[in-house]
Amino acid sequence: MVEFALPKNSKPIEGKEWPKPEGATNTKAVKVYRWSPDDGQNPRIDTYHIDLDDCGPMVLDALIKIKNEVDSTLTFRRSCREGVCGSCAMNIDGTNTLACTKYIADAKNDLRIYPLPHQEVIKDLVPDQTHFFAQYREIEPWLKTDTPAPERERLQSPEDRAKVDGLWECVLCACCSTSCPSYWWNEDRYLGPAILLQAYRWLADSRDEATGERLDNLEDPFRLYRCHTIMNCTKTCPKHLNPAKAIASIKKMMVDRRL
Amino acid sequence: MSIRTPLGRARGLGSAKTGTDHWWMQRVTALALIPLVIWFVVSMIIVTGADHETALAFIGSPINAVLLTLLIIATFYHGQLGLQVVIEDYIHSKWLEVALILLVKGAAIFLGVASVYAVIAIALGG
Repeated sequence: MVEFALPKNSKPIEGKEWPKPEGATNTKAVKVYRWSPDDGQNPRIDTYHIDLDDCGPMVLDALIKIKNEVDSTLTFRRSCREGVCGSCAMNIDGTNTLACTKYIADAKNDLRIYPLPHQEVIKDLVPDQTHFFAQYREIEPWLKTDTPAPERERLQSPEDRAKVDGLWECVLCACCSTSCPSYWWNEDRYLGPAILLQAYRWLADSRDEATGERLDNLEDPFRLYRCHTIMNCTKTCPKHLNPAKAIASIKKMMVDRRL
Repeated sequence: MSIRTPLGRARGLGSAKTGTDHWWMQRVTALALIPLVIWFVVSMIIVTGADHETALAFIGSPINAVLLTLLIIATFYHGQLGLQVVIEDYIHSKWLEVALILLVKGAAIFLGVASVYAVIAIALGG
């Protein structure tokens, strides 16, 4: 739904300012969105101070340091800490990205950390991604063939294999989808850039035999055509992929099969 | 409150199997409008300040009447396609969405037909 202002009980208020680490000379303020489902309070922005001389270089290092040493109630997702799992996606300094591959030093002033935009928050920096992954399931992200499986691997020429480069690398962190205004307004029906890039990953795979069926399922004013080439997806992708181009390729296939 | 499964909700009513015509025609009309608008702007600059008789003669010439009619059709067709997208993006009350889309399309047809009628009336000396 289009909502240009937050509901009253979702407006963040000034939160707690945690003490500066003693004896630290090189500190940075980290402002973090906090919300708990249990206390009936508005979200609040807590301020932590971290000693940069005693902290790893990445935003995730800072969050882990805060959780370990300052405030163990701070809640966030993380796993691989090297940009391949997609768990620690959040809005850092106004841009959706992975906390583990984002340098603290990139923030010129205070480091501001919010959950991914326009998603329901479960707690603190953890958004509810149930619908996002249900949409992923909806595009049936697996190889579909009618030809019986060969004795050995399914063959693919090097040229055809190269066509899924720039697609298979997507880690489904949802940075792009949650940066997309079309997804904000119509996420119930629009698949969003991440899922459409994944859909194209199977459309572009020469081994797949369900291309037409996949296109049928995508041809919809909302599922596909809510994309208006805004390009926020490509701008924000922490893996430097190009979802906008993948979506354009799907639209081109839609035209190709009728001309 | 609904206790549908997430997959059931994501699949919803299924794919409408439409949308490509809309997308394609929006681009085709956009391309058509590039030369038509350039021609129109240049022509308007040329006839600026002319008297009523000259303006009527300009519209009445066969080539200008045809180009003007094409411009009118392409403009209103392109415009209503674009406004439909805006309404679908932002209006989430179903009845209001349908009503506004019908209103926009109805207005585009009415204004388009009225404009084409005016050109024909002038061209045929009505």
